[in-house]
Amino acid sequence: MSVDLATVKRVAHLARIAVSEEEAQRMMGELNGILGFVEQLGEVDVSGVEPMTSVMPMAMKERDDVVTDGNKADDVVANAPISDRNFFLVPKVVE
Amino acid sequence: MTDLTRLTIAEAREKLGAKEITAVELTDAYLSAIDAANETLNAYVTVTPDKAREMARASDARIAEGKAGALEGIPLGIKDLFGTRDVHTQACSHILDGFKPKYESTVTQNLWNDGAVMLGKLNMDEFAMGSSNETSYYGPVKNPWRANGSNLDLVPGGSSGGSASAVAAFLCAGATATDTGGSIRQPAAFTGTVGIKPTYGRCSRWGVVAFASSLDQAGPIARDVRDAAILLKSMASVDAKDTTSVDLPVPDYEKAIGQSVKGMKIGIPKEYRVDGMPEEIEALWLKGIAWLKEAGAEIVDITLPHTKYALPAYYIVAPAEASSNLARYDGVRYGLRVDGKDIVDMYEKTRAAGFGKEVKRRIMIGTYVLSAGYYDAYYLQAQKVRTLIKRDFELAFDAGVDAILTPATPSSAFGIADEDLAADPVKMYLNDIFTVTVNMAGLPGIAVPAGLDHKGLPLGLQLIGKPFEEETLFKTAHVIEQAAGRFSPKKWW
Repeated sequence: MSVDLATVKRVAHLARIAVSEEEAQRMMGELNGILGFVEQLGEVDVSGVEPMTSVMPMAMKERDDVVTDGNKADDVVANAPISDRNFFLVPKVVE
Repeated sequence: MTDLTRLTIAEAREKLGAKEITAVELTDAYLSAIDAANETLNAYVTVTPDKAREMARASDARIAEGKAGALEGIPLGIKDLFGTRDVHTQACSHILDGFKPKYESTVTQNLWNDGAVMLGKLNMDEFAMGSSNETSYYGPVKNPWRANGSNLDLVPGGSSGGSASAVAAFLCAGATATDTGGSIRQPAAFTGTVGIKPTYGRCSRWGVVAFASSLDQAGPIARDVRDAAILLKSMASVDAKDTTSVDLPVPDYEKAIGQSVKGMKIGIPKEYRVDGMPEEIEALWLKGIAWLKEAGAEIVDITLPHTKYALPAYYIVAPAEASSNLARYDGVRYGLRVDGKDIVDMYEKTRAAGFGKEVKRRIMIGTYVLSAGYYDAYYLQAQKVRTLIKRDFELAFDAGVDAILTPATPSSAFGIADEDLAADPVKMYLNDIFTVTVNMAGLPGIAVPAGLDHKGLPLGLQLIGKPFEEETLFKTAHVIEQAAGRFSPKKWW
């Protein structure tokens, strides 16, 4: 499988990365190189093979459904580029 | 007075305990060494001298009170991937511009609980994506090793290039590192140091910036096998904050050092003899086999037929998980923000400015293989192949093999800004050809220096073990270390 320029731009938008025309051109070549490399996986017979979902067979750990942390609003927004009274500020989303 | 930075962790521990030296003296020795070398090597992205001295003074007080921890007063470097409270933590990316977390990663907290001293944060490939430490926003790290008669700067490997360079150049007693496809073992091999990636689940991933969550594991890079064992003992733990951390007691790994390998079965996988591999690597491998045979181990040929599919499967699984993990960098909660005409424009401009080329490339691959219509063809197929890779190892271990010996890397360290590698991402990816299978199967692997090539550059061997049998790796690696000797670069920096 290979990607064309329109696909590169669509994927970049899905990934929320702005790309220039020139970057999209360059990425198209690189992505096709990598996709060509991984193509060989198609030749492996995987009939009856389960996909690997965890490295060790183990049951998901559970814990009591209680609050164990919190009251750290200042800490949570401490690294925000823009915040006001412990709210993250973003450009207007809803008109 | 002898140079205190030359002491191994075990030696420093002894001298600190005997009160021959103080933790403050030891820390000061490292801070001076960093001061003199870092401009050239670029191993540290942030040095924390005040914090280091404060921690060292506290260590001296605890030693005086007879309350010394397992790593009391030992100065360490910390890879920039580990969250360290109020200290630079950026995964060497521009997108985490100015980020100083309000929390401490479990692994580093474990180290501080045992008395270790933090010298600063170490350079790395951006988000741990790279094999040469050239994708760092803070520029490449130089390998303290140079080829005989050459002044060409070489890469220290990656992604834990700062960790490996700092340990090899005596800029810390040991370092934390992480390994998703070879990022501990490949730089260890390139710098003549010892690096172990423990079994997936042995160290908590909590507070470590995520790259590919089903593959990422923390581990140490150290000057010798014993030091690596000492560090891993402190780093490893069961952690309620990471549900993938495994509920098994952490053994005293140091006890494995010096144990006999007599009667052990060492597997030699024929699939690791790859086309175009330098003869020297093959010769080194044979040397390793001979050393272990001499020490009483039995050598058996094994087959791991799906080896060649590990790297392509990795380049689906890792980017897929990365594209999902890195979705959080949106210019809202932390790090860089570039304004745009609306919120989507702000996201797109922020991420375009904040991520480097290699990171963008991998996010794009990951987004593509997870996008509608391609999930089964790529991601599901890769996860099935992963099951087969794991099964190959299980069959070998079921047949009685205790550990597997392979080369660590297909070459010694290469030059910074190598044009061949820069032009072809896949070529760079091939650096991890011997290490990546281990991550795919979740197994422990150690890289140990085994010799120098014709250019005088270090080469390493890799041992792969059964899940949670790191002790077997330490004891076997120690036999190789005893036979091969230790390797240090000539100081030019």
